[in-house]
This record gives sequence, C-alpha cells and structure tokens, in this order.
Amino acid sequence: MVPGDVLYEGKIKTGDNTYRIQGKVSATRVGLVEYGKGMVSVIALEAGFNPLVGDLVVGEVIDIELGQWVVDIDAPSSAILNVPDAIDAPFRTDIAMPEILDIGETIMAKIVDMDRSRTPILSILGRGLGKVEEGFIIRLTPSKIPRLIGKKGSMVNMIIKETGCNIVIGQNGRILIQGKTREQEMNVVRVIEKIEREAHISGLTNRVQEYLKQLKEESK
Amino acid sequence: MSRRKVKNQSKRYDGREPKELRPIRIESGVLPNADGSAYIEMGRNKIVVGVFGPREMHPKRLAMPNTATLRCRYHMAPFSVDPRRSPAPSRRDNEISMVMRYALEPAIFLERYPRSAIDVYAEILEADGGTRTASINAATVALVDAGIPMRDLVSSCAAGKIDDKIILDLGDYEDKEGQADVPVAYMPKLGKVTLLQMDGVLPPDEFEQCVSLAIEGCNQIYQVQLEALKKKYGVVAEEVKE
Amino acid sequence: MAARGGIVSRLKKKKVEEVVSAGKRMDGRGLEDYRQIEVKTGVLEKAEGSAEVKIGRSWVMAGVKVGVGSPFEDTPEMGVLMCNAEFTPVAHPTFEPGPPDEESIELARVVDRGLRSAEILDFNKLILIPGKQVYLVYVDLYVLNYDGNLIDTSALAAIAALKKAVMPIYKVKGGEVEPSGEKEPLKVLKEPVAVTMVKIGDALIVDPSADEEEVMDLRLTITVDEEGNICTIQKSGSEGLTMDEIRKAIRIATEKAAANRKLIEGQADA
Repeated sequence: MVPGDVLYEGKIKTGDNTYRIQGKVSATRVGLVEYGKGMVSVIALEAGFNPLVGDLVVGEVIDIELGQWVVDIDAPSSAILNVPDAIDAPFRTDIAMPEILDIGETIMAKIVDMDRSRTPILSILGRGLGKVEEGFIIRLTPSKIPRLIGKKGSMVNMIIKETGCNIVIGQNGRILIQGKTREQEMNVVRVIEKIEREAHISGLTNRVQEYLKQLKEESK
Repeated sequence: MSRRKVKNQSKRYDGREPKELRPIRIESGVLPNADGSAYIEMGRNKIVVGVFGPREMHPKRLAMPNTATLRCRYHMAPFSVDPRRSPAPSRRDNEISMVMRYALEPAIFLERYPRSAIDVYAEILEADGGTRTASINAATVALVDAGIPMRDLVSSCAAGKIDDKIILDLGDYEDKEGQADVPVAYMPKLGKVTLLQMDGVLPPDEFEQCVSLAIEGCNQIYQVQLEALKKKYGVVAEEVKE
Repeated sequence: MAARGGIVSRLKKKKVEEVVSAGKRMDGRGLEDYRQIEVKTGVLEKAEGSAEVKIGRSWVMAGVKVGVGSPFEDTPEMGVLMCNAEFTPVAHPTFEPGPPDEESIELARVVDRGLRSAEILDFNKLILIPGKQVYLVYVDLYVLNYDGNLIDTSALAAIAALKKAVMPIYKVKGGEVEPSGEKEPLKVLKEPVAVTMVKIGDALIVDPSADEEEVMDLRLTITVDEEGNICTIQKSGSEGLTMDEIRKAIRIATEKAAANRKLIEGQADA
C-alpha cells in the first residue's frame, strides 16, 4: 500500500496510518494493510518516531538552559528535562548543571508529559533511567522496533541470551548495547541490521534464530 | 542526435512520438543520512532528492503554531548544465523552490506536526528540460520513504507545443524553442491538480489539451513511482527466499 | 568536524577510544584499512569529465567543466584550475544550505593544492591569447553523503574525473577566441592521491568514519604522487604530533596512496 491507496469503502473504524475522505478510507504511509475487528489499519514500513507519554527513550543532551536540559531524541521536536526530574530536588540557581549532565552526554529517560506545543518532557528518575556511562548506540527505524522486541520480548530476549550482551531498546529507534567482548557486540549489530532489512518479511523469528546460531558457530 | 526542425515530420528532436514520455527510472532510499530519499533519471535529467523531518525548526520564532513548515530547495550543480553555472542560487532556483512547495503541500498532513519543519532538498546533477517536474516526482517518493504521512502521491509532467504540435514531456530543446510549456503536478487518486504553470501563448482549447495530456503523463509516471516504492521491499523478499 | 554543530558524544568517544586501543575499529576494520572504495567515471554527459566515488558510505560526485576566460593576474601566461566544493544539505542532517562554510572551503583548497602541487596539468600549454584568454578548468566537488573522510573521497573523484575529461578545443581568430568544434582528451600528467588519518588516543587510524571524525583530536591528510613525493599536507585539530608519528604517517600514506591509485581508472566505465 502507498499513500492514497483506497483500503475500504464504507463504514469502518480508521486505524493507524489511514485517513477517511469522501466515504473511503485510504493509506497515509507505505506499508502492509491489516483488516481486523471492524477496523482497517496500515502497518507502516517507514515512519519516524512519534513520541508518546510513557515511552522509554535514549537521548543526547544538546543544550543547557536555565533549569532544564535540551535533549535530542530524534523526534519532531527536542525534548526537555527539567532539574526536578533529574535530581529529585527543586531547582536552585546555584546548582552546577553541567556537573549533573553535560552537553554530549547520553541518558536513558521516560517521557512523562507533553507540553502544549507537543514538546516531550522527560524524567530520569526511576529504575534503569539516568546517565549512560558504558556501551554504544545503534539505530533502527522506529516502526521496526516492535519486531526487535517481539511478542512479550521474545525476540530481544533471544538475542540477549545468545550473544551475552545487554540490550536496552529506546522507542525512538535508538538501542543501547553493552557487551563483555567486542565480538559479542558486533554480533548484536549484525542481527539488528538484519532486522532492519527484513522486518517486513514473515518468518523473521526463525531466520534470526538461525543467524544467531551461525554467528555463534563462527566465533568458535 | 540532430536538431533539425521537425515541421513536416511526426517525430521530435530526439525521435519521440508527440505523446511519448522520455525513459524514467526512480530509486528510493539512496541517501543513507536522509530520513527519506530518491534518485530519478527522466531522459537525461539526473536528480537526487533528500528529505529530513519532521524535525525541529530553526529559527524557532518562524515555526508555525498549528502546522509543520514545508521547506523546499531546488539547487543545480555547476556541472549540470552547459556552460557551467555558478553554484549560487538564482532567481529561477528560488521560484522553482516555491513552486515545488505548492505542488507538494496539499498532499502532506502538515497539521500533524505543529512547529516543526519538513525539509525537501532537490539536487540537480544533470539538467535536460523538465527538472522541476522530475524534482517533484522524486520528492514525492522521498517523502513517502521518510515515512511522512500523505494523502496521496504527487506526480508531475509537462505538456506543451512546438511547431504547432501538442507534445508531452518537453526536453531541453523543446523548452527553449517551443511555443508553450505547461508543467502540471497532480494527485492521481484524489484527482486534484496541485501545480499549474504556463510559459508561452496558447488559445484556451489548446491549453486544455495540454493540461489533459500532462495529466495522462502524470498517471504514467505514478506507476513508476509505485514501482520505486515497492521495489525496495521486493528485492529483500527475493533475497530472503534464496 | 562541524557535523553535529561540534557536539561530541561522550559515550561514543569512550567506546571508540576503547575499541581503537584494542587495535580495531567500530566496524571491525584494522587501524590501517580503508573501507570499500567504488569509483565510476563518465557518469554525467554535460560535463567534460565526471566521476562518482564512494568510500564506505561517503559519496562525492566530481564534475569537470572546461571553458575559456581571463587568466589569474599573477600568472597571465598560464591556464587556470579551480576547485570548488559543495556540502549539499542532503549529505547530513546538520548540513545547512547556503554559501560554503569553512569546512567545505578547506576541502576544496586541500584537493586543489594536491592537484596543483603535483602539477597535473601543463598550464603553459593551456593558453590561447597570453595575458588575455586561457583555458579554465573547473573541478566541482558535490558531496552527496557524509560518513567521514570527504577529503580522500573528493580527491579521488577529482583525479578520476580529470583523467577521463575531454576538452573542447578553441582557436584564435582575428584576436578573438572561438570554439573549433574539435575535442581532445585533457592531458593529465600526474596522479596525486590523498590519504587522511586521524589520531584517537595514541593510535593513528586511516580513513576515518563520521563517528571517528567526531571524536578525534587530530586529523592529517597527506597527498602523494606516483613517484612517492609528498605534494600536500594538511593538519587540523587541537592535538600535536611527534616526529615519529609524522614518519609513520608518511609511511602509511605512501603505501595507501599506491593502493588507491589503482582505482582511478574506475570499475565501471560508462
């Protein structure tokens, strides 16, 4: 399906990546059409990150303003991290902000709110959140993140088990990888690249399983 | 290729029939750093288009509160024409940039991304007449490749008149020597024209003929755009089967 | 590098330094390995010469245009060579449209000096009316994708395009210059090749990717001709080099230039 393709004529609920015009429902993105439960939607093959409250994201500090850090999370607008959401204490003018978080540092954060101009508001208070000191980031198209996670985390857990690496997935298409050996880390990179290319083809789980086996053999 | 006047013959300067399009080839996803991209060859035109966004708009004070701002830039490489031209933007470049924006805006759900910017950059590597329509065709594929929600694709083609004959898809020679040039952009599923311009002189009935002919051309080009968008996924599916 | 507005990711820097100190690169390459290089010539029809080079994902298109005009004031009896670089906004999300910034000017000048110092053209033969009309050879470098090491990519594209360039011949008639309708291959006398290295930690690594350029402290480009002579050197960055490191860099550059020189002819002649 491509934008403009008519998916349904008549009464039906409009799901993701569709829109209604003149009694017809059409696609807004390129993807695979899905009909189900009185609703038609399109699973987008290409889509940017659409920030939602509750999303776990990996971000980078790009600016420091009074009482807040500006964070790049690969969204239509930069995100804001206010001091009270970083150190669990109210803002005081004598706080040395760069010492807490400096420009160029990476954080694991949760989107806790969106302000009136749709700017995502972040927090790094909470388990697993905060400054990232180890590892590296690799990117995946945001619409393919669900495939990387798998049903109830089955895909990512399989990769973690077979490669021995820790993987934290940001909904914004940024994935943090921490491994004990460089070889393991490279294997994760290869698997994620494979998912990027083949996410739209069925049987992905089996192919990834085979691939992980193959990589394990090669490193012996 | 001889450039003799074709007054008493049915073939054009490059041997085409009056209603024949030049060969077109479009490939999507050619620029690794862009959010979406496409490369087009239309006749001897070679154009690459990169799309970024929706992303934060700078300067912030120019951002629009209720909608994204679509920014188009049409730019020609110095080696794209003969003789070499300066890389600095000309007035014509600015006009075409604006015209691209008018052609693409109606198709994009800009209101879904307030305060942000969607940037479309068309880089003309080689020009041979009809670069604005070719840029729009590639820009559409690049926008879809970027995952930007759209109402429809935008297909674009020009019709015109040379030696008293109505023709489709003017090449460089016909652009320069012809009697009229009518570039059109069209949303094929919604049936709406988003760009309409004219250069030259035409009586109303011939103008209508040109617009209709151009729309026919747009419909043909639409098929090529579809191909380009679907091909990316088809190729990988084939590889996986092996 | 000005990409990302000068912001260096600390996490990235730490990781890259860690991997490099163990003798490898993030993409698995050795410290002195180039990424895959692709060269195509004759890709544009309206240019007198053209080439497209990809080193890894960095992508540059070079177009050679030959015209006639006034010589430079200080060299009235020599033809003119001018290199220009355009960092197009499609090459990277942080590249903005507009006039050349200092990075693109530096790139154009480094490529230009490499060609000029190597004396790739016989400028004395490129004159028509001494002091008034000479051949002007333009090399326009169009950067379409940035993933580090634009200098080597551009320099290779420039020389590949020049070697395949066919120039229009002009003749002098009654004090005026006009096209004769004939064409002749541009005579390129030398083949300078640029080799760029960056220093990360204590290691000198070749053909930096965008990530490596982001975290580097020093960048060094050495251009070498086919006789092993050094034509140009450009150093940038905030760190210093020891004499030993300079010697090592020259050794690496000579070796790599020889290897890359074999690619100038192009892999798929259009």
